[in-house]
Amino acid sequence: MTNRSFFPPMADDSLWQPNRGISRLVQRVIVVLFAIFALISVATTCGIVLSLIFETIEFFKKVPLWRFLTDNQWTPLFSNPQYGIFVLISATFLTSVIAILVALPLGLFSAVCLSEYAPAGVRKWLKPALELLAGVPTVVYGYFALLLVTPLIRSFAPWISGFNGLSAGLVLGISITPLIAALSEDAIYAVPNSLRQGSYALGATKRETIVGVVLPAALSGIVASIILAVSRAVGETMIVAIAAGQNPTLGLNPFVPIATMTAYIVQVSLGDTPAGSLAYTSIFAVGTTLFLITLALNIVSFWFVRRFQEKYE
Amino acid sequence: MAFNSSSVTMTEVVLSLRKLNVFYGSSLAVRDVNIDIPPNQVVAFIGPSGCGKSTVLRCLNRMNDLIPSARVEGQIFYHGKDIYDKVVDPVDLRRRIGMVFQKPNPFPKSIYDNIAFGARINGYKGDMDELVETSLRKAALWDEVKDQLKKSGLALSGGQQQRLCIARAIALQPDVILMDEPCSALDPISTLKVEDLIHELEAQYTIVIVTHNMQQASRVSDYTAFFNAEPTEKGGKVGYLVEYDKTDKIFNSPQEQATQEYVSGRFG
Repeated sequence: MTNRSFFPPMADDSLWQPNRGISRLVQRVIVVLFAIFALISVATTCGIVLSLIFETIEFFKKVPLWRFLTDNQWTPLFSNPQYGIFVLISATFLTSVIAILVALPLGLFSAVCLSEYAPAGVRKWLKPALELLAGVPTVVYGYFALLLVTPLIRSFAPWISGFNGLSAGLVLGISITPLIAALSEDAIYAVPNSLRQGSYALGATKRETIVGVVLPAALSGIVASIILAVSRAVGETMIVAIAAGQNPTLGLNPFVPIATMTAYIVQVSLGDTPAGSLAYTSIFAVGTTLFLITLALNIVSFWFVRRFQEKYE
Repeated sequence: MAFNSSSVTMTEVVLSLRKLNVFYGSSLAVRDVNIDIPPNQVVAFIGPSGCGKSTVLRCLNRMNDLIPSARVEGQIFYHGKDIYDKVVDPVDLRRRIGMVFQKPNPFPKSIYDNIAFGARINGYKGDMDELVETSLRKAALWDEVKDQLKKSGLALSGGQQQRLCIARAIALQPDVILMDEPCSALDPISTLKVEDLIHELEAQYTIVIVTHNMQQASRVSDYTAFFNAEPTEKGGKVGYLVEYDKTDKIFNSPQEQATQEYVSGRFG
């Protein structure tokens, strides 16, 4: 295409010399370039999922699915191996539940406090400070749990073992609090002021306004933040690997050493397990299980946000 | 229903709409519009909500291309050339047919850059400072902002923002300016300023303005097109052109009864 316009010339046309040919070329190159980058990330994801699937199939060729689901011990490295995935799931479930019990009130209350009660000046400092917590490396949290929280708990209850699900769960909770707080705060802050004013104009108190109008309006964002935090807790590795011990135990006792799915994967990955061995493929089976759980959580979150999101002008 | 565009005889025509149908998806939004727009005149599109006047306006510089489901049938000739011809670059077309929107939408840039943006991307070779000044002067905004050109365009009042958007459109030295309810978000004083501005711009540009305000149409325009909507069998609505004529004729002695009823405020 030429730079000449299809339309009749106008006055002062000499002043306007857009290079439409080059613009069009650049446009086309850019589209291709962006498509390539988008494809790379999609292809990477597919590659990861595929390798998970292939190794998992290898695993299930040797271990039948029913044993995976019904064995009550997880001992793939022993001479008489057992493969009860629920041993690992119960540990992940336990630490995640403790974490959410800690993070939900902490995160939600700080979100409400920040967005509704804190003066603007305080909010300006407090929110970044809270978000800073999210930047602490999880390995630091892990040692914090092992070397500070556990001794503290054991000074009250010396019968609790040195590695336990409780302190791992507590610290895991602290580590996901900023996620809930920051995302919920964004959701609450985004509720338009006209809604608050509408509620006050009906004679509602501040608390009634927050509980009856603001929080329901921000519900989809809050729930999304919680689900995201749960899926982070489920996938979190360092804290539980360091503080919860690596001893697969079925049950929900928070005072004994346990091994979560992620902790088991770390244990095997760091060891000298030969590739292709059963122990090696077992981490892919565990990885697939973990992936399915977080995928389910993300789908629920996605569905929830779509279903309950309010659109404001 | 008869179309009365034929009652307007024009020697010179800038834009000419022929049998224009616009679809959104599979549903017809506006049907069979025929209008001739003469140079250096103000043409107003009036009519009740949903009659398709904004839709037709957006066809004139192919802004409807940006709505994936929108489809256009018929022809629109700009100086005798079909703007929906395959070889037409909409980017080239929009340089010549500018647009001002309902809500002022200045960019989050300085006042100066708001105006220089369009000129830069269209390869303007003249003096940029001069272009910014002339554009702001033509938009009757220069005196209010000349000492704060580095300030953000968003820092201006609503009325000033809208005049900035008009200045931004003028800066491309277009041929036609489309205005989609340019005053609906403005207070009466700002509205008056924009209306005065339209009168001044008329000497240099052809202006097509969509308005909900009939007084405004009668104040600023030379020609008026009255659109109406009728229900379809499928339960939707389809807009159509009822009558197009000189503004004083539309308001004082319209041919159609619907026009008479609308301009006298009996419906709409």
